[in-house]
Amino acid sequence: MSGSVQPWRAIFRREFRSYFATPLAAVFLVVFLFLAGIFTFSLGGLYERGQADLRPFFDFAPWLLLFLAPAVSMRLWAEERRLGTIEVLTTLPLPVWQAVLGKFLAAWAFSVMAIVLTVPLWMTVSWLGDPDQGMIVAGYVATALMSGLFLALGGVVSALTKNQVIAFVVTVVACFLLMVSGFPVVLDFLRGWALPSVVDAVASLSTLTHFASLTRGVLDLRDVAYFIVGIAVLVLATTFLIDWKKSA
Amino acid sequence: MTPLIRAENLSKRFGHIEAVRGVTLEVSAGEVVGFLGPNGAGKTTTMRMITGFLEPTQGQVTLQGFSLDASPILAKRAFGYLPEGAPAYPDMSVLEYLQFIGQVRGFGGKALDERIASVVSQVHLERVQHQTIETLSKGFKRRVGIAQAILHDPPILIMDEPTDGLDPNQKHEVRQLIRSMGSTKAIVLSTHILEEVEAVCTRVILIAAGKIVFDGRPQEFEARAPASVQRNRMDHVFRELTSAGAEVRS
Repeated sequence: MSGSVQPWRAIFRREFRSYFATPLAAVFLVVFLFLAGIFTFSLGGLYERGQADLRPFFDFAPWLLLFLAPAVSMRLWAEERRLGTIEVLTTLPLPVWQAVLGKFLAAWAFSVMAIVLTVPLWMTVSWLGDPDQGMIVAGYVATALMSGLFLALGGVVSALTKNQVIAFVVTVVACFLLMVSGFPVVLDFLRGWALPSVVDAVASLSTLTHFASLTRGVLDLRDVAYFIVGIAVLVLATTFLIDWKKSA
Repeated sequence: MTPLIRAENLSKRFGHIEAVRGVTLEVSAGEVVGFLGPNGAGKTTTMRMITGFLEPTQGQVTLQGFSLDASPILAKRAFGYLPEGAPAYPDMSVLEYLQFIGQVRGFGGKALDERIASVVSQVHLERVQHQTIETLSKGFKRRVGIAQAILHDPPILIMDEPTDGLDPNQKHEVRQLIRSMGSTKAIVLSTHILEEVEAVCTRVILIAAGKIVFDGRPQEFEARAPASVQRNRMDHVFRELTSAGAEVRS
């Protein structure tokens, strides 16, 4: 048919626009940019460090995303369930994965947009000095990938509830655990009883470790793969959950 | 004629509650089925299984010859569905919403514009087409739900309480619309209003406690009332068949 689009693209467009239909987008963007600025300039001591780079911004970005990504993902499916529109959506002739993919990509595109809006920070440090541009690009890629991973995890949680507050809180906790799984707080707890191979496996899942190695300016494929595979697995899990709920 | 809707031995269990127990029904083009039953009898659950929103614990559904299980996409193309309460995205305008539904259904360009223009005039949404759905009255919301369901001119139409919350004029309009489509489509609609059955349906299926307790023409349904009952004869039969113990008798 002329001008027809793949269903997932229609889902993507609707979802992306819906962020701007409510004050959510404005609130989110303002808070994100405001905090990014504070973290970079004040708390991160951009001027005091005497070094023109975005290190302070990328150091704080994971903690910013820890709260802001769940705020974006909490509505993905919970809202559809609350409104009842999930009944329209899942009885339309499209595979569930297309609906899940379209929604996830919309959420990701929105958060990448927020991240891109911090480019004035980049321009500022470039004007002040001569930062390592490659490192900044790597930092931005890492931040975008991390937001994608958190949103995909949030999608899984959102598929399980119609309560957005629950979706938000559970997602923050889940993202936090995933983030710090390479740190003593999690590993010490496991070491007492789990097999060393399990401890290593959990440690290798740590988002913060992969994020840190990317922001050091090394675009290691293994780190990129960690995020991409993680996102793919979580999107598939969401698809499975939406499907499974039909027989529940 | 091969039936457009074929549901075989549908059962649904939620935990240890058996909501639907072995419902079998076939509906052909030209039939308008009034799906009746008390609240909680399993009407909505049955419709949700026919449309694939819920997976039956047992049994299967075939729509226009396509198994909902084996070829869900083809089966889902065959019907339009108005879920209970006519849910729609509140922040979208009527036109945006219909465009979205059409695009997901694979329409685009001129074909989509034409389909939208056609359903907008069929259910009289011209006046509100640019309004967001959250600003609409209950009657208009319901009509948006109907417009969404008939957008692709499906051979099968499944509607959960299409006239709920409408005023008498709106009810009349929706019934006329259903009647006009009823000659070519297979239509199943659930309702609590028995006069509606007389007005638009060619067949009545009554469900109680998850089982079909009556399946036949509205006249046959009414004829079950004893001659002594003068008024609200259908109500009488409805009560008779769905009250406690009716199951044993049927």
